[in-house]
Order: sequence, then structure tokens, then C-alpha cells
Amino acid sequence: MNIQDIQSTGNKATRDGFGQGLLEAARLNPDIVGLTADLMESLQMQHFKKEFPERFIQVGIAEANMISIAAGLATAGKIPFTGTFANFSTGRVYDQIRQSVAYSHKNVKICASHAGVTLGEDGATHQILEDLGMMRMLPGMTVINPCDYHQTMAATMAIANYKGPVYLRFGRPAWPMFTEGLPFKIGKALLLGKGSDVTIFATGHLTWTAVEAAKELLDQGISCEVINIHTIKPLDEKAVIESARKTRAVVVAEEHQRAGGLGDAIANVLVHNFPVPMEYVGVKDSFGESGKPTELLDKYGMSKKDILWAVKDVLDRKK
Amino acid sequence: MAELQNLKQLCTQVRRDIMRMVFNVQSGHPGGSLGCTEYFVALYGAIMKHKPAPFKMEGRGQDLFFLSNGHISPVWYSVLARTGYFPVKELHTFRKLNSRLQGHPATHEGLPGIRIASGSLGQGISVAIGAALAKRLDGDKRTVYALTGDGELQEGQCWEAIMFAAHNKVDNLVVTVDWNGQQIDGSNDEVLSLGDLPAKWKAFGWDVIKLDAGNDLESVINTLKRAKRRTGKGRPVVVLMRTEMGYGVDFMQGTHKWHGKSPNQEQLDSALKQLPETTLGDF
Repeated sequence: MNIQDIQSTGNKATRDGFGQGLLEAARLNPDIVGLTADLMESLQMQHFKKEFPERFIQVGIAEANMISIAAGLATAGKIPFTGTFANFSTGRVYDQIRQSVAYSHKNVKICASHAGVTLGEDGATHQILEDLGMMRMLPGMTVINPCDYHQTMAATMAIANYKGPVYLRFGRPAWPMFTEGLPFKIGKALLLGKGSDVTIFATGHLTWTAVEAAKELLDQGISCEVINIHTIKPLDEKAVIESARKTRAVVVAEEHQRAGGLGDAIANVLVHNFPVPMEYVGVKDSFGESGKPTELLDKYGMSKKDILWAVKDVLDRKK
Repeated sequence: MAELQNLKQLCTQVRRDIMRMVFNVQSGHPGGSLGCTEYFVALYGAIMKHKPAPFKMEGRGQDLFFLSNGHISPVWYSVLARTGYFPVKELHTFRKLNSRLQGHPATHEGLPGIRIASGSLGQGISVAIGAALAKRLDGDKRTVYALTGDGELQEGQCWEAIMFAAHNKVDNLVVTVDWNGQQIDGSNDEVLSLGDLPAKWKAFGWDVIKLDAGNDLESVINTLKRAKRRTGKGRPVVVLMRTEMGYGVDFMQGTHKWHGKSPNQEQLDSALKQLPETTLGDF
């Protein structure tokens, strides 16, 4: 696998991949039910509603009720997919998820759009950067943050066939598509480019940023291994340890607080197995603000140049 | 009438179970459990169509029950055990390490009869709605029952659920409110008044049934039968059931003080004297 072979085929939002994936999954499985809390089109669930109106539940602006209704539907054998913004899918309903979904082992799929700063102009009230941490801490919760349209569609279809609670996180902006035809398996890291000097583990939108950074570094003679971690929990520990053993330097890139997200998940595995110099690319204990997605990624330390710096930093420490 | 006598006897035995379970571990919630004994015995003994064994989580073709105020687990565990969900002797393990009978009901340890965890309040009506919607989608004509506390209605989520059920005509649902007027820090009226509860449920679009004698077994059975007859008519049904916290044990009756407090040996002896052991036998 060569990083230079990874090319964008155009831009499309990950939430569009969710909307399409939900429709495809629902065509295959009559038990799938869709719920939203007054954000049907933001989640691109109108396609599902149009084809399966009797399986679509509009809950209104009542997210707590939505999560608990979903738990009840799952108890009686349905496969509910809840759809609202990531902020309202996690922090607002943490207790409902904890008790009625995670602790009770319910087959509920919590599908969360508009995660991170790439939500843009709506500002920090809506730009959740702690959600991966909250969901990761819940025992038994599967946590997935796909990186582009195709992967989000594949993930949506995969979680329909997986029994157990899932948090699926995606976003709002149109974003480069580059994983068409690549495999998707829950819990299996995706190698995007082999390398020998440093490993960049990336999730969500920052996966494409990592690909671009790795290409630039290759021109400078630095060989990066780029691994997409779409499934943050359960983490593909084998892939993490093997790559760290090989390159002995690790950078983790995510659109999330540095605390609690993929960086911490990987640090946890490496500290017990194979500690190496490691850097985080993510938000440093801060809320976001209004702005354009790329401006915000730049200001909050999640742009290509932040990955370049982080790579150089770990390479220095590796010497 | 023989059946009614048997169920009355079961009420007495369940109350003994509650007292002995809570005494054994010196923890648990006897007050609300004693107050809801007739409700549980009526529901499992005379109202619901249900199959204790083998227990099926999805409960297709059965009536389902969800307990929202999970802290009254002692009464539920006793009734589940004595209606065949699990061995009666397992009541010995209540709240102890490695038990399936957790302090608050949970599915995690696989206790038959429990379909979802509860304890953190305010979620049960929503969960019951979800199960009722699933039954509707499946063309399953059975009914979903749920019990909620009255103080619990101070949780905002309850009203989200109440609004939703009426709007969506979830009419295969019978919610009962344990309207004992008490909560941990005092009476509802002292802590946060519920106001005109029947008027509120009516205004939200529910079919409201008031039950003044929630500790009279025959009244509870008849009222729940009436509630069942009123399902399927486009509106969810609520039974506002007046009960007395601690009913059946004189020193516990009518006060919030025994919400989450266990009796000492002397108090237990006094309580059990008021509740003589039945032919069903102690656990």
C-alpha cells in the first residue's frame, strides 16, 4: 500500500454517507427503525423516511426521550438508529445511554453528525470535542469515527449487522473521498500507506489531512506509515503495537480534545506494550468558536502543518 | 374468589420477603416496595399474559412490564421469584456480591424478568413507549405496562415521553403512577409540588383513570382490567394510583422516612408479626 496511491475523487459529507448507508441497510433488514430529534435532514434521514415512513419516528426536540425509546425498541427486537448532532447524542443524554443502552446491552445505534469544529459557524455550543472520550469510557460501547463518505456508508451498513450498542460519529462539511473500494471491518485498522520512519494514526476528517501530510513528508525523504483507525473501541491493538514496533515513533491525529480520544486510547496500549515517542494532534483543553471549518482546524491545531510539526517532533525525540 | 384469596396470601408473603430481604443486607428500599405490593401481585398474578420460563427478552406475544422507579426492586424480585421467573431461594442474595439481584434492577447479570436497567429516574416511560412501538410495528396486540413513582415525575424526560405517547397515539400502553405523595426529602408538596396531576395528564392527551385504593387488591385488579379495556382507542392510558408508602407494616406506613432505610431486628420482628408466614413459605 503506497500513500501516493490514495487520491481524492471529490468532496462529499460524511453525513451523506450515513444517509445512504441507512437507506441501504434498511432495505436489507426490516427490523431497522430510524429516529430523529427534529434534525432529519441534517442527518440525511429523509431518504429513509421516504422509503420506510412506518419505520421512521420523529421524536421532536427531546433527545433523552429518543435514546430511551430506542432502548425500548431494541428490547423488543428492533434495531434503532438514532440521529441527532453529536453534542445532543452524547453529553446531553449520557445518563440515558449509560443506563438504558450500555449497561443494559441494547442493540442501539447512536448516530451523531456535526461532530468537532468542522461544524463551523454554529460555534462552540454545538462543536463537541469530548464525545469520543465519553463514549469510549462506557463498558461494551463500540465507538466508530469514519473518515469519508464511503467509509461512513460502509460503517453504517456494518453496524446494522453487529449486535450491541454503537456510537457512530461523523460530520457536516463536504470532505475529500478516498476510501471507495477499501475494506471496512469493525475493529480493524485500515493501512493507507506503508512507511518506516513514523506512524500516523488518524481518525475521522483528519485522516485525509494525515494522507496529505504524509505525501508532503515523503517528498522531504520522511517515510510515514499512515493507518486509519475508524474503530476507536474496540481498538485494533495488534495493528497499533506492530506499527509502533516498526517505526518507533507515533503521531495521533483526531478532531477531538487531546484528552480522552484516540490519542489516549493509543497511548494506553503503547504504554503497556511498547512505549515510543508520541505526539497528539488535537484540541488542547479548549472550546471551539465560530468560523469556517478549515480556519478552525488551523486555529485549533488540527491542520496539515500541525501534523508535520508533530512528526518532526517525534522524529527528534526518537534519535 | 379462591384466586383472590391466593393473591391476597401472596401479598402477605411478598411483604414478608421485602422485609426480610432488606433486613438481611441492612439496605434497600422497603417503603415504596410495601406500597406497591398489590400492584405487582395484581399485574403478574391476574392481569398480564406472560411466560416466566424460558424467559425471552423480546417478549413477542406477551404483555411486557417496565419498572421506572427501580429502587423498589425488592417487591419486583419477590413477585418475579414467586411467579416462576427464578428460584425463590435466590432472594437470599439480594444486594450481595455476585448476585443477579442487584440493588437496582439490571439485565447485566441475566436475571430473568428484567428487560432493562432502571434506577436513574425518569427513563421508564420512554422505554415502555419504545417497546409499545415495536409491538405496533410487529402487529403484536399485547399491552405494555410501566410503573413510575410520583416524585419521579419531577424529571423532565417523563413529560417528553408523556407528550410523545399522546401525539403518536401509543394506545397499547398502560402507565401507572405510584401516587404515594412521598419522596426522599419529604412529601411531594414540600419538595416540589406535582400540582393537579390528573389535569396535567389529561392536558397532555392521556386517558386518565384514578385509583384511590391502591392497597386494596380487588380495586387494583379491577382498575387495571378497566385500563386494559381502554387500550386500543387512540390514547395512552394512565392509572393514577393512590398508595400508602410502607403499607402493611404499621410503623412504616404513610411516611417517607422508610424510603431507603432498613429495619433493625426488633423492628423486623414487629413487622413479621403483622405479616404472618403463609403456606407459600419464607425464602
